[in-house]
Amino acid sequence: MNLLLIFISAAVVNNYVLTYFLGLCPFVGVSKKIGPAVSMGLATTFVMTMTATVTWLIYHLILVPLKLEFLQIVSFILVIASLVQLVEMFVRKVSKPLYDALGIYLPLITTNCAILGLALFMVMKQYDFIEGIIFGFGAGAGFTLAIVIMAGIRTQLELADVPEPFKGAGITMITAGCLALAFMGFAGLI
Amino acid sequence: MSSFKTSLAHEFTKGLWKENPVLRMLLGLCPTLAVTNSAVNGLSMGLAVIFTLTCSSTLISLIRNIVPKQVRIPTFIIVIATFVTVADRTLAAFFPTISKALGPYVPLIVVNCIILGRQEAFASKNPVHRAIIDALGMSIGFTLTLTILGMFRELLGAGSIFNLPIMPESFDTWLVMILPPGAFLALGLMIGIANWINSKLGIKS
Repeated sequence: MNLLLIFISAAVVNNYVLTYFLGLCPFVGVSKKIGPAVSMGLATTFVMTMTATVTWLIYHLILVPLKLEFLQIVSFILVIASLVQLVEMFVRKVSKPLYDALGIYLPLITTNCAILGLALFMVMKQYDFIEGIIFGFGAGAGFTLAIVIMAGIRTQLELADVPEPFKGAGITMITAGCLALAFMGFAGLI
Repeated sequence: MSSFKTSLAHEFTKGLWKENPVLRMLLGLCPTLAVTNSAVNGLSMGLAVIFTLTCSSTLISLIRNIVPKQVRIPTFIIVIATFVTVADRTLAAFFPTISKALGPYVPLIVVNCIILGRQEAFASKNPVHRAIIDALGMSIGFTLTLTILGMFRELLGAGSIFNLPIMPESFDTWLVMILPPGAFLALGLMIGIANWINSKLGIKS
């Protein structure tokens, strides 16, 4: 039950994009069409779950026993960068269709602040190992949900008559604001 | 000599408006939206970015000729992460309330695309004094945007600016402005207004 709560909390109540503002670059950049948005969401979910697993192990088995917690920023970012590389090579070797689908989105994930944010939040909330993994998976699922909904709205928005200065980034931000308002309705869930 | 001076001045001022990192290039959106629920938070985040960007640009520019091209990105990241750690620890030691309010968004400066972007696009190709001027211009532009956004949201959401009450007692605060949706709405409006001013001034985006 506790695990389910962590999952729901990470996925919808404290949605990474709409309440923590993490991962906005891909959220704005890759949400023009639904297809790429789904791929980006899946790639991010995959990397988030992996990151939660690996950074939990590194933090609790290496940094804490050696009293090196202040090195968490440097070590997390290195781990994430190499992890993304590793995942990319692994996926290319194991599943060609999946690699083609995720393709260019995998390297982009290194610079996605949601991944580092996830690792930092996980440490702050003091989750145990299993909770950490569920937290990572939930955050990824929430990111996917937000980016796919946004892509759906933006394909409709193409046909709308938007005032000239608001075209592009301006209207995207305001749409995201409305979406964030809607997501606030989930706050009562937990 | 005079052309040299104008180009230095240009390096500085371009970050303030013409290539403003937030409003024009849409970089560093996460901290922009996350910490601007009050003017003080926006300003302190801006100061942390000024420190990190200026120090990283200086160091990267100094070592630009000895870093092999293939490993430049990891080098940049480690340099940035080191300065961010310094900023984070300093804030936690001397300004615990601000550090608490900004939370994980200070460590997240590492992945702020403005900083890595300036290293890749400018500091790794230019001499130190130009790199410093560029870093100052960009980060001050960032700070100004964050402070203005913070003031706007604080004024409507809490009726005050820099914790000084401005609005009359009878003013009903717009709670939504200091909640997450308000951040998106306010930034969307600000980008729209900036584009509108630019179109009046004839500056192309």
